[in-house]
Amino acid sequence: MVLLKIKFPFQKRVRLAQGLWLLSWVAMFSGAITFAMGVFLKTELHRRSEVMHSMDIHIVPNLLMAVGLASVGINICAGKVCQDSLDPSRFPRWKTFLPPFFCFSVFITSLLLVAMILSFALQPSLEESLKIGLKNGIRFYKDTDTPGRCFQKETIDRLQIEFQCCGNTNYRDWFEVQWISNRYLDFTSKEVKDRVRSNVDGRYLLDGVPFSCCNPASPRPCIQYSLLDNSAHYNYEYQSEELNLYNRGCRQALVNYYMGLMNTIGPCVLFDFLLQMTILVSLRYLQTAMEGVIGQENVEIETEGYILEKGVKETLLETKEKMKKILQFAQVGDASAVTPDTQPDAEKPATA
Amino acid sequence: MVVGKMKLTFQKRVKLAQYLWMLSWFATLGGAVTFTLGCFLKTELRRRGEVMDNTDIHCVPNTLMIVGLASMGINYFASRICQDALDPGRFPRWKTFLKPFFGCSVFFTTLMLISVILSYAMKGSLETSLKIGLKNGIRFYKDTDTPGRCFQKQTIDRLQMEFQCCGNSNYRDWFEVQWISNRYLDFSSKEVKDRIKSNVDGRYLIDGVPFSCCNPSSPRPCIQYRITNNTAHYNYEHQTEELNLFIRGCREALVYYYMGLMNTIGAVVLSVFLLQCSVLASVRLLQTSMEAVAGQENVEVDSEGYLLEKGVKETFMEYVDPVLKLLWMNQVTPPEAKAEAGAS
Repeated sequence: MVLLKIKFPFQKRVRLAQGLWLLSWVAMFSGAITFAMGVFLKTELHRRSEVMHSMDIHIVPNLLMAVGLASVGINICAGKVCQDSLDPSRFPRWKTFLPPFFCFSVFITSLLLVAMILSFALQPSLEESLKIGLKNGIRFYKDTDTPGRCFQKETIDRLQIEFQCCGNTNYRDWFEVQWISNRYLDFTSKEVKDRVRSNVDGRYLLDGVPFSCCNPASPRPCIQYSLLDNSAHYNYEYQSEELNLYNRGCRQALVNYYMGLMNTIGPCVLFDFLLQMTILVSLRYLQTAMEGVIGQENVEIETEGYILEKGVKETLLETKEKMKKILQFAQVGDASAVTPDTQPDAEKPATA
Repeated sequence: MVVGKMKLTFQKRVKLAQYLWMLSWFATLGGAVTFTLGCFLKTELRRRGEVMDNTDIHCVPNTLMIVGLASMGINYFASRICQDALDPGRFPRWKTFLKPFFGCSVFFTTLMLISVILSYAMKGSLETSLKIGLKNGIRFYKDTDTPGRCFQKQTIDRLQMEFQCCGNSNYRDWFEVQWISNRYLDFSSKEVKDRIKSNVDGRYLIDGVPFSCCNPSSPRPCIQYRITNNTAHYNYEHQTEELNLFIRGCREALVYYYMGLMNTIGAVVLSVFLLQCSVLASVRLLQTSMEAVAGQENVEVDSEGYLLEKGVKETFMEYVDPVLKLLWMNQVTPPEAKAEAGAS
C-alpha cells in the first residue's frame, strides 16, 4: 500500500523543483542561524560555569551546533538534487545516494526536536547543578588566599550584582556560612570569641551579608550587618523591609535567565525543524516522481510521487532485513577465512 | 589661474564616471554609517544625562546626524550626475543645479571635519559639565523622599557600580557631604549629636562611603565605614589599602569612556570625510571635462577637466558674494535712505 500518493504532471514537477530550490536556500540560512544560536547558548552557559556543578546542560547547545552544521550540508545537497532533477540525464547519478541521504536527514532533523525537548527536560538537572555550584561558591567565598578558589569571592559578588540576587535560595544562606576569612578576624576580641564558641564547628557566623547583596533601589543606605536585630538600626524593621537587599535567590535568577534564553531559542528551532521536514518531504516526492520518468522517451508525462512505496511497517521490516544482510556479509567475510565449511549453510535458506 | 587641470581622454572619462558611480554608493553607505554613529553617541550621552549639567556636548552627535543625512543626499545626486554624464543629451539639464550643489556639498563636508574637531575640543566642556552634575548627584544622594530627586541615589549607585568608580574626583568626596538622610539618624544618640555639632552647617558627616563604591576584587569583605580609622578594623591600614574601594573618580571614568567613544567615531568619520572629498573632486572633474565636450559633434574628443576655474580666493568670493548680497539687501536700504535724506 503506497503511502500518500500524489499525481505530478510535468508543470507541477517543474514548479516543485523550483520551489524546493528556493526553500533549500532559506533552510540553509535557518540552519546557520541554529548553529549561531547553539554557539551563543554555549557561550552563555560557559560564562557562568564556575557556579555550575555539572555540564549536563551543555548537551542542548552541542546538539544545536551539530544539527545546524549538518542541516547546512543537507540543504546544499537538496539544492543540488533539485537542480539536477529537471534534467533526466543527470538525475540517475543521485539514485544510490538518495535513500541513505533521506535516512540521515530524517535522523538529523529529529535531533532538533530532541534538543528542544531536552531543553525543557534538563531544567531540574540545571537547577540541581546550580544549587550545588552556588553552595560551594558561598562556602569558598572567604578563601581568597587558597589557590584554585581565590576568585570565588569576585565571581559571586559580580554574579549577585549582575543578576540582582542574593545567596542560593535567599539571603539567609549567608547566615549559615562563615564568609569572613579568619585573616580579618580579631580573635582577641570578645565578640569574635563569643560567636566562634556559639556553634559546634567553631565558625564565625553572623546575621550579615556581603555588600553585593545590597539593592541600589533602596531609599536608605544599605544595611548589611545585624540584619535580624531591629534595635541595631534606627527606624528599621527587618520583617517589613523589602528594598534593602535583593529578595531573589541566585539559583532562581539564573534558572529564569537560562529558561528565558531557551524559550526564545525554542520557536526558532521549531521553525527550522518544520522547514527541514517540508524540504525532505518535497524532495522525496520529487525523487519518486522523477523515477517514474527515467528511461522514458517523452519526459513531459505525468508521474506519481509517494513518500513510501510500501506501508510503514513493511518498509521498516525491509530496512531491517537489509541491515541484517549487511551485518551478515561483514561477519561472513571475517568467518570465511577461518571456517570455509559454513558457507554452504548460508546458501541453504536461499535454495530451500 | 586654473587649479587642478587634467587632460581626460574619452576612455578616461568613461572610467572616471564608472568608478565615481561605485564610489558614490560607498560614500552613501558612509553617510548612513555617520548618521548611525551620531544616533548612537546621542543615546549614550542621554543615558547619563542625569549626571551632566548642560547639554553642550550634544552638538557633536547632532552635527554628525545632520552631516550623515546630508551626505547621503549629496552622494545620491552625485551618482545620478555621473550616470547622466556619459550621455551628452541628458547631461546639460544638470547645468544650473551643479553650482549650488557644489556649494552645499563643500559646506557639509567641511561641517563633517568640524564635527571631528569639536569632539576633541569639547572635552573640557564635557568634564566641567560632569563635575557639576556629579557634585549635585552626590549632594542629593540622600534626598530619596524629595520629588524630582528621588532617583539620584539609584542613579549614582548604578553609575558607580557600572563604571567601577567612586565619588567625583575620588572617594573622599563622600566625606564632605551628608549622604545619609536624617530620616535614618537617631538624634537621641550621642554619636549623631557629636558629629552634627562638629561642623558649622550641622551636617552628619562621616568618613564612610555608600556600598556602591565597594570593589568586588578585594580579597576582604568591603570596609565602607570608618575608612580612615585604622584601629576600627583588624589588620587594616587605609594608606596601603588599594583594592577595598574603587580608586577612580566617576568624572574621570565617564570622560575616559566618552573620549574613547568619540575617538573611534572620529576615526570612522574622518575616513568618510576623505571618501566624500574624493567623490566631490571626481564629480567636479567629470563636470568640467563634459562641459568642454558639450555642443561638439564628435563626443569622443579629448577634453580638459579642472577643479577650479579661477584661484581658490576668487572662487570663494564668487560663492560668498551672492550670500552676502542677500544678507546686506535688508540693511542696505535704510543707510541709503538716510544718506539721501542727508544729501537733500
